[in-house]
Amino acid sequence: MLELEGISKAYRVGTFGGRQLVAVNDVSFDVGDREVVSLIGESGSGKSTIGKMILRLTSTSGGVIRFNGTVISGLKKGALKEYYRNVQGVFQDPFSSYNPIFKADRVFRIIRQAFFPKIGNQEWKEKVNRSLGAVGLNSEHVLSKFPHQLSGGQLQRFLIARALLLDIRFLVADEIISMLDASTRIDVLNLLADLKSRGLSILFITHDLSLGYYISERAVILYRGCVVEMGKTEGIFDNPLHPYTRMLMESVPRLDKKWEAVKAELKAKQAGLTTGCVYYERCPAAGRSDDCKTNRPGLHEVEAGHFVACCRNNAS
Amino acid sequence: MSLQVENLTITYQTLRGDVRALERATFDVADGEIMGLAGESGCGKTTLGTSLTLLKPPMRYIEGRVALDGEELPIWDTDAMNPFRFKKVSVIPQYAMNAMNPTRKIGRMTSELLRARRADHKGALRELRRRLELVELGADVLSMYPIELSGGMKQRMVMVLSTLLNPSLLIADEITSALDVSTQKAVAEMLVGFRDREFVKSLIVITHDISILYQIADSILVMYAGQLAEKASTDVIIQAPRHPYTKLLISSLPKVGVKYAEQRLAGIPGSPPLLLDPPQGCRFRERCPVAFDRCTAVPPFVEVEKGHFIACWKESVVHA
Repeated sequence: MLELEGISKAYRVGTFGGRQLVAVNDVSFDVGDREVVSLIGESGSGKSTIGKMILRLTSTSGGVIRFNGTVISGLKKGALKEYYRNVQGVFQDPFSSYNPIFKADRVFRIIRQAFFPKIGNQEWKEKVNRSLGAVGLNSEHVLSKFPHQLSGGQLQRFLIARALLLDIRFLVADEIISMLDASTRIDVLNLLADLKSRGLSILFITHDLSLGYYISERAVILYRGCVVEMGKTEGIFDNPLHPYTRMLMESVPRLDKKWEAVKAELKAKQAGLTTGCVYYERCPAAGRSDDCKTNRPGLHEVEAGHFVACCRNNAS
Repeated sequence: MSLQVENLTITYQTLRGDVRALERATFDVADGEIMGLAGESGCGKTTLGTSLTLLKPPMRYIEGRVALDGEELPIWDTDAMNPFRFKKVSVIPQYAMNAMNPTRKIGRMTSELLRARRADHKGALRELRRRLELVELGADVLSMYPIELSGGMKQRMVMVLSTLLNPSLLIADEITSALDVSTQKAVAEMLVGFRDREFVKSLIVITHDISILYQIADSILVMYAGQLAEKASTDVIIQAPRHPYTKLLISSLPKVGVKYAEQRLAGIPGSPPLLLDPPQGCRFRERCPVAFDRCTAVPPFVEVEKGHFIACWKESVVHA
């Protein structure tokens, strides 16, 4: 559905913009239909910049982003509007996403003016109610209220409802639950999971690994603008291979294990890996037989003066 | 007993009436104990922490007493608290990132701070260097301005400053929330290190992140809407909580290894009450799955097992 190919972003910094800060460096990944991909990284890793580039809120310095095969950077007026009909974002701070002077449903009205100018009042009302219902809000309780009269969780769901009005296919969720309280957090997370089963693809940007694990099929670990590890969520969490990912896994506070226990476990796993053939992970001929995984082959002579360390040759 | 708090009630004065942010809090913190204080935003955990150090309007002291090392703290009197603040009870504030004077070099600010407390700042300076090393800061930060430090570095600098006079009680308010996971771990472990080296006798760690508390705290006190809900040792709170709110809260936290497809977690329906005009009785009543008619009266915070306090009629009746 969405493809990123070699995306980069460089900001000009310094007094006269003389220096360059590369926030995102040659990042490629894709998000499939009905898939949730977590983009995990610490602050300054460029994860939000990637989200903004997908939403075309900032330009890219290099690389292409394709949505269903179309390159998005060249989209103009009508086509861009069509793109926004399909792709929307929800951001971290629900409180600053609203203009406090106006009632919160103004965000719906803007959508109506921009995308549905011809729709009738009754039909629009039904549409709004349906959309609010989908995010678990009761329209009687939340419509015609000012932002300060609604809770953070409600405001955040309001914004998701706004995105749903457009029948979007792709949602960029940038740290959408980090400002919410623990007891309402999980509801918003479950809501995302439900939307996924209705055919929505989600790029879930977060710094919290346990949230990423809960919701996503695949995870992309970002460090200083570069992808250091990506793959199936279980694979990355159970067997992190990049030293940075390992460090992250060690430091994430968990409720089931203390830090020392996590560290020891990862070490044990790593030790397990090193007992096998050193080339096991990349070997095309290994056939993933247990022999290659558990035994480290020693050097032996296959012909005069020719030594090799491989189980397969060992046997012959 | 290092800290004893009894019946502490604090309100905020507003134009629309008093906000009852902390209601009859009674608990102890033992010597060498790291007590975690957890709860959602607006539950009164920062109010509790701040009231022990700097109680100023619009905060208002209603009743209660606080004793530290057997000595009563005059928390209602801002001036009388002066000799205790920083020496006996110290705080790492929520805004630690912005707590330092931006117009002074850190070294100069430190010596001004020490002089203001009439402490021996020559002697303290040597100790300061030693402690900077412990938190992995070079002595050269003393000749830098706060703006030159990163968020994590500022946080650690304030940690060192707050504990320089070896206070008996240190209150750390949300000090890990704005940090990355790796820095978070380092800062959290430094707090434990400070306790182990006896720079501080006991600690109250305020945070909304229970998983951090599980890593470092000895006991956890859970608050809900201005009332204490449950206090017990960390393992008991995480593995066998008894208060309905704690149970729901713990079960709603996603853990590594839990996927929505396999195990769908449930949140707590409803939202916390407004404290301007809080409901009578147990404030969790309206969201509580096991509430019954008795809950219209405020449940007492009683010890049901050794070290396990709970404020719930269901639990305390059974064990009365």
